[in-house]
Amino acid sequence: MAVSTIILFLQNYPLYIRSVPTENELKFHYMVHTSLDVVDEKISAMGKALVDQRELYLGLLYPTEDYKVYGYVTNSKVKFVMVVDSSNTALRDNEIRSMFRKLHNSYTDVMCNPFYNPGDRIQSRAFDGMVTSMMIQVC
Amino acid sequence: ENGRCITKLENMGFRVGQGLIERFTKDTARFKDELDIMKFICKDFWTTVFKKQIDNLRTNHQGIYVLQDNKFRLLTQMSAGKQYLEHASKYLAFTCGLIRGGLSNLGIKSIVTAEVSSMPACKFQVMIQKL
Repeated sequence: MAVSTIILFLQNYPLYIRSVPTENELKFHYMVHTSLDVVDEKISAMGKALVDQRELYLGLLYPTEDYKVYGYVTNSKVKFVMVVDSSNTALRDNEIRSMFRKLHNSYTDVMCNPFYNPGDRIQSRAFDGMVTSMMIQVC
Repeated sequence: ENGRCITKLENMGFRVGQGLIERFTKDTARFKDELDIMKFICKDFWTTVFKKQIDNLRTNHQGIYVLQDNKFRLLTQMSAGKQYLEHASKYLAFTCGLIRGGLSNLGIKSIVTAEVSSMPACKFQVMIQKL
Protein backbone atom coordinates (compact mmCIF):
# COMPACT_ATOMS: atom_id res chain seq x y z
CA MET A 1 0.00 0.00 0.00
CA ALA A 2 1.70 3.11 -1.07
CA VAL A 3 0.98 6.74 -1.43
CA SER A 4 2.52 7.48 -4.77
CA THR A 5 2.08 11.17 -5.18
CA ILE A 6 0.98 14.21 -3.25
CA ILE A 7 0.44 17.52 -4.97
CA LEU A 8 -0.80 20.83 -3.59
CA PHE A 9 -2.44 23.25 -6.00
CA LEU A 10 -3.27 26.89 -5.78
CA GLN A 11 -5.52 28.04 -8.60
CA ASN A 12 -4.42 25.14 -10.74
CA TYR A 13 -0.73 25.56 -10.62
CA PRO A 14 1.27 23.35 -8.32
CA LEU A 15 2.70 24.61 -5.06
CA TYR A 16 4.26 21.35 -4.02
CA ILE A 17 4.87 18.06 -5.75
CA ARG A 18 6.14 14.98 -4.09
CA SER A 19 6.23 11.48 -5.53
CA VAL A 20 7.72 8.22 -4.58
CA PRO A 21 10.35 8.00 -7.28
CA THR A 22 9.12 5.05 -9.19
CA GLU A 23 8.64 4.51 -12.84
CA ASN A 24 6.00 6.41 -14.77
CA GLU A 25 6.00 9.48 -12.62
CA LEU A 26 4.57 11.39 -15.54
CA LYS A 27 1.53 9.18 -15.53
CA PHE A 28 0.77 10.17 -11.97
CA HIS A 29 1.19 13.83 -12.77
CA TYR A 30 -1.17 13.49 -15.66
CA MET A 31 -3.80 11.77 -13.52
CA VAL A 32 -3.57 14.44 -10.90
CA HIS A 33 -4.10 17.16 -13.46
CA THR A 34 -7.17 15.50 -14.86
CA SER A 35 -8.57 14.98 -11.40
CA LEU A 36 -8.40 18.73 -10.83
CA ASP A 37 -11.34 19.09 -13.16
CA VAL A 38 -13.37 16.76 -11.04
CA VAL A 39 -12.40 18.67 -7.94
CA ASP A 40 -13.66 21.90 -9.48
CA GLU A 41 -16.87 20.21 -10.49
CA LYS A 42 -17.45 19.03 -6.97
CA ILE A 43 -16.83 22.41 -5.47
CA SER A 44 -19.34 24.13 -7.70
CA ALA A 45 -21.97 21.45 -7.29
CA MET A 46 -21.66 21.34 -3.57
CA GLY A 47 -23.06 24.78 -2.86
CA LYS A 48 -26.06 23.90 -0.76
CA ALA A 49 -26.33 20.76 1.28
CA LEU A 50 -22.97 19.47 2.42
CA VAL A 51 -21.22 22.43 3.93
CA ASP A 52 -18.13 20.49 4.68
CA GLN A 53 -14.53 21.04 3.84
CA ARG A 54 -13.21 17.77 2.84
CA GLU A 55 -14.30 15.74 -0.07
CA LEU A 56 -13.26 12.28 -1.02
CA TYR A 57 -12.77 11.56 -4.59
CA LEU A 58 -12.54 7.93 -5.52
CA GLY A 59 -11.96 7.25 -9.10
CA LEU A 60 -9.62 6.90 -12.01
CA LEU A 61 -9.38 3.18 -11.71
CA TYR A 62 -7.18 2.04 -14.52
CA PRO A 63 -7.92 -1.21 -16.24
CA THR A 64 -4.50 -2.55 -15.46
CA GLU A 65 -3.71 -1.16 -12.08
CA ASP A 66 -5.68 0.14 -9.17
CA TYR A 67 -5.20 3.72 -8.27
CA LYS A 68 -7.35 5.94 -6.18
CA VAL A 69 -7.13 9.67 -6.29
CA TYR A 70 -8.25 11.62 -3.26
CA GLY A 71 -8.93 15.31 -3.13
CA TYR A 72 -9.28 17.89 -0.36
CA VAL A 73 -9.98 21.60 -0.61
CA THR A 74 -9.37 24.21 2.05
CA ASN A 75 -11.40 27.35 2.56
CA SER A 76 -8.60 29.28 0.95
CA LYS A 77 -9.04 27.35 -2.28
CA VAL A 78 -5.88 25.30 -1.97
CA LYS A 79 -6.36 21.82 -3.35
CA PHE A 80 -4.53 18.80 -2.07
CA VAL A 81 -4.49 15.80 -4.35
CA MET A 82 -3.14 12.44 -3.34
CA VAL A 83 -2.63 9.35 -5.47
CA VAL A 84 -2.73 6.07 -3.67
CA ASP A 85 -1.84 2.73 -5.13
CA SER A 86 -4.15 0.19 -3.62
CA SER A 87 -2.39 -3.02 -4.38
CA ASN A 88 -3.03 -4.64 -1.01
CA THR A 89 -6.00 -3.32 0.84
CA ALA A 90 -7.57 0.05 0.62
CA LEU A 91 -6.51 2.60 3.16
CA ARG A 92 -9.37 3.27 5.48
CA ASP A 93 -11.30 6.47 5.03
CA ASN A 94 -10.18 7.73 8.43
CA GLU A 95 -6.55 7.29 7.62
CA ILE A 96 -6.88 9.30 4.44
CA ARG A 97 -8.71 12.00 6.35
CA SER A 98 -6.09 12.16 9.06
CA MET A 99 -3.39 12.42 6.41
CA PHE A 100 -5.16 15.34 4.82
CA ARG A 101 -5.55 17.01 8.22
CA LYS A 102 -1.85 16.67 8.84
CA LEU A 103 -1.16 18.15 5.44
CA HIS A 104 -3.49 21.02 6.16
CA ASN A 105 -1.89 21.70 9.53
CA SER A 106 1.56 21.76 8.01
CA TYR A 107 0.36 23.98 5.19
CA THR A 108 -1.04 26.42 7.74
CA ASP A 109 2.33 26.53 9.44
CA VAL A 110 4.03 27.28 6.14
CA MET A 111 1.55 30.10 5.49
CA CYS A 112 2.27 31.70 8.82
CA ASN A 113 5.98 31.80 8.11
CA PRO A 114 6.73 35.48 7.41
CA PHE A 115 9.48 34.56 4.97
CA TYR A 116 7.12 32.63 2.80
CA ASN A 117 5.27 34.45 0.02
CA PRO A 118 1.92 32.90 -0.75
CA GLY A 119 2.04 31.49 -4.25
CA ASP A 120 5.64 30.40 -4.16
CA ARG A 121 6.74 26.83 -4.27
CA ILE A 122 6.84 25.36 -0.82
CA GLN A 123 10.42 24.74 0.19
CA SER A 124 10.07 24.21 3.89
CA ARG A 125 12.10 21.43 5.41
CA ALA A 126 9.54 20.82 8.12
CA PHE A 127 6.87 20.35 5.49
CA ASP A 128 9.08 17.97 3.53
CA GLY A 129 9.82 16.01 6.68
CA MET A 130 6.16 15.67 7.49
CA VAL A 131 5.27 14.49 3.99
CA THR A 132 8.15 12.00 3.96
CA SER A 133 7.09 10.53 7.25
CA MET A 134 3.54 10.23 6.00
CA MET A 135 4.51 8.47 2.79
CA ILE A 136 6.87 6.12 4.57
CA GLN A 137 4.41 5.20 7.25
CA VAL A 138 1.84 4.21 4.69
CA CYS A 139 4.10 1.93 2.66
CA GLU B 1 6.69 59.94 3.82
CA ASN B 2 3.60 59.44 5.90
CA GLY B 3 1.87 57.81 2.93
CA ARG B 4 4.70 55.34 2.43
CA CYS B 5 4.62 54.32 6.07
CA ILE B 6 0.90 53.75 5.95
CA THR B 7 1.26 51.64 2.81
CA LYS B 8 3.98 49.59 4.44
CA LEU B 9 1.84 48.99 7.51
CA GLU B 10 -1.07 47.99 5.35
CA ASN B 11 1.06 45.51 3.43
CA MET B 12 2.30 43.98 6.64
CA GLY B 13 -1.29 43.65 7.80
CA PHE B 14 -2.11 41.99 4.48
CA ARG B 15 0.48 39.26 4.91
CA VAL B 16 -0.48 38.65 8.53
CA GLY B 17 -4.14 38.52 7.56
CA GLN B 18 -3.42 35.78 5.02
CA GLY B 19 -1.72 33.60 7.58
CA LEU B 20 -4.33 34.25 10.26
CA ILE B 21 -7.20 33.36 7.99
CA GLU B 22 -5.52 30.11 7.05
CA ARG B 23 -5.30 29.17 10.70
CA PHE B 24 -8.82 30.27 11.60
CA THR B 25 -10.59 28.58 8.71
CA LYS B 26 -8.81 25.31 9.18
CA ASP B 27 -11.71 23.71 10.96
CA THR B 28 -14.71 25.74 9.86
CA ALA B 29 -17.13 24.61 7.23
CA ARG B 30 -16.96 25.94 3.72
CA PHE B 31 -18.44 29.39 3.16
CA LYS B 32 -21.58 29.58 1.09
CA ASP B 33 -21.20 33.05 -0.35
CA GLU B 34 -19.66 36.47 0.06
CA LEU B 35 -22.03 37.54 2.80
CA ASP B 36 -21.14 34.43 4.75
CA ILE B 37 -17.48 35.34 4.50
CA MET B 38 -18.13 38.90 5.69
CA LYS B 39 -20.13 37.61 8.61
CA PHE B 40 -17.28 35.30 9.52
CA ILE B 41 -14.92 38.27 9.47
CA CYS B 42 -17.24 40.28 11.68
CA LYS B 43 -17.82 37.56 14.23
CA ASP B 44 -15.15 34.89 14.54
CA PHE B 45 -12.21 36.74 13.06
CA TRP B 46 -12.80 39.98 14.92
CA THR B 47 -13.46 38.12 18.18
CA THR B 48 -10.28 36.14 17.95
CA VAL B 49 -8.13 39.15 17.14
CA PHE B 50 -9.81 41.94 19.11
CA LYS B 51 -11.85 39.97 21.66
CA LYS B 52 -15.12 41.51 20.54
CA GLN B 53 -17.39 41.39 17.53
CA ILE B 54 -18.07 44.04 14.95
CA ASP B 55 -21.05 46.03 16.17
CA ASN B 56 -22.69 46.74 12.87
CA LEU B 57 -22.40 45.37 9.35
CA ARG B 58 -24.09 47.17 6.50
CA THR B 59 -24.06 46.42 2.81
CA ASN B 60 -25.58 47.71 -0.35
CA HIS B 61 -25.59 44.18 -1.78
CA GLN B 62 -23.49 45.41 -4.62
CA GLY B 63 -20.06 44.76 -3.23
CA ILE B 64 -19.71 47.47 -0.59
CA TYR B 65 -19.67 46.52 3.08
CA VAL B 66 -19.27 48.82 6.03
CA LEU B 67 -18.06 47.31 9.28
CA GLN B 68 -18.64 49.49 12.27
CA ASP B 69 -16.84 49.00 15.53
CA ASN B 70 -18.04 51.32 18.27
CA LYS B 71 -15.17 50.68 20.59
CA PHE B 72 -12.19 49.76 18.48
CA ARG B 73 -9.59 48.21 20.77
CA LEU B 74 -6.64 49.96 19.24
CA LEU B 75 -8.22 53.37 19.74
CA THR B 76 -9.86 53.15 23.15
CA GLN B 77 -6.78 54.34 25.01
CA MET B 78 -6.17 57.23 22.69
CA SER B 79 -9.07 59.53 23.27
CA ALA B 80 -12.81 59.60 23.79
CA GLY B 81 -13.84 62.15 21.25
CA LYS B 82 -12.28 64.31 18.61
CA GLN B 83 -8.82 64.64 20.07
CA TYR B 84 -5.94 63.13 18.04
CA LEU B 85 -8.29 62.37 15.17
CA GLU B 86 -5.61 63.11 12.60
CA HIS B 87 -3.30 60.42 14.00
CA ALA B 88 -5.88 57.66 13.94
CA SER B 89 -5.12 56.60 10.36
CA LYS B 90 -1.70 55.28 11.34
CA TYR B 91 -3.27 52.91 13.79
CA LEU B 92 -5.94 51.71 11.43
CA ALA B 93 -3.70 50.91 8.46
CA PHE B 94 -2.54 47.57 9.79
CA THR B 95 -6.09 46.47 10.51
CA CYS B 96 -7.21 47.46 7.01
CA GLY B 97 -4.45 45.26 5.66
CA LEU B 98 -5.53 42.48 7.99
CA ILE B 99 -9.04 42.50 6.53
CA ARG B 100 -7.77 42.76 2.97
CA GLY B 101 -5.33 39.87 3.45
CA GLY B 102 -7.94 37.66 5.04
CA LEU B 103 -10.41 38.29 2.23
CA SER B 104 -7.82 37.76 -0.46
CA ASN B 105 -6.96 34.32 0.84
CA LEU B 106 -10.64 33.44 0.79
CA GLY B 107 -10.75 34.40 -2.85
CA ILE B 108 -12.08 37.96 -2.63
CA LYS B 109 -10.16 40.91 -4.01
CA SER B 110 -11.04 44.08 -2.22
CA ILE B 111 -10.02 47.53 -1.16
CA VAL B 112 -10.36 48.34 2.52
CA THR B 113 -10.37 51.84 3.93
CA ALA B 114 -11.08 53.12 7.40
CA GLU B 115 -12.56 56.31 8.73
CA VAL B 116 -12.95 57.70 12.18
CA SER B 117 -15.32 60.50 13.00
CA SER B 118 -15.22 60.21 16.74
CA MET B 119 -12.98 57.95 18.76
CA PRO B 120 -13.07 55.15 19.66
CA ALA B 121 -15.70 54.26 17.08
CA CYS B 122 -14.51 53.59 13.57
CA LYS B 123 -15.80 52.27 10.30
CA PHE B 124 -14.05 49.98 7.87
CA GLN B 125 -15.31 50.12 4.33
CA VAL B 126 -14.72 47.09 2.14
CA MET B 127 -15.12 47.46 -1.62
CA ILE B 128 -15.19 44.14 -3.39
CA GLN B 129 -13.58 44.14 -6.82
CA LYS B 130 -15.36 41.99 -9.29
CA LEU B 131 -12.90 40.76 -11.88
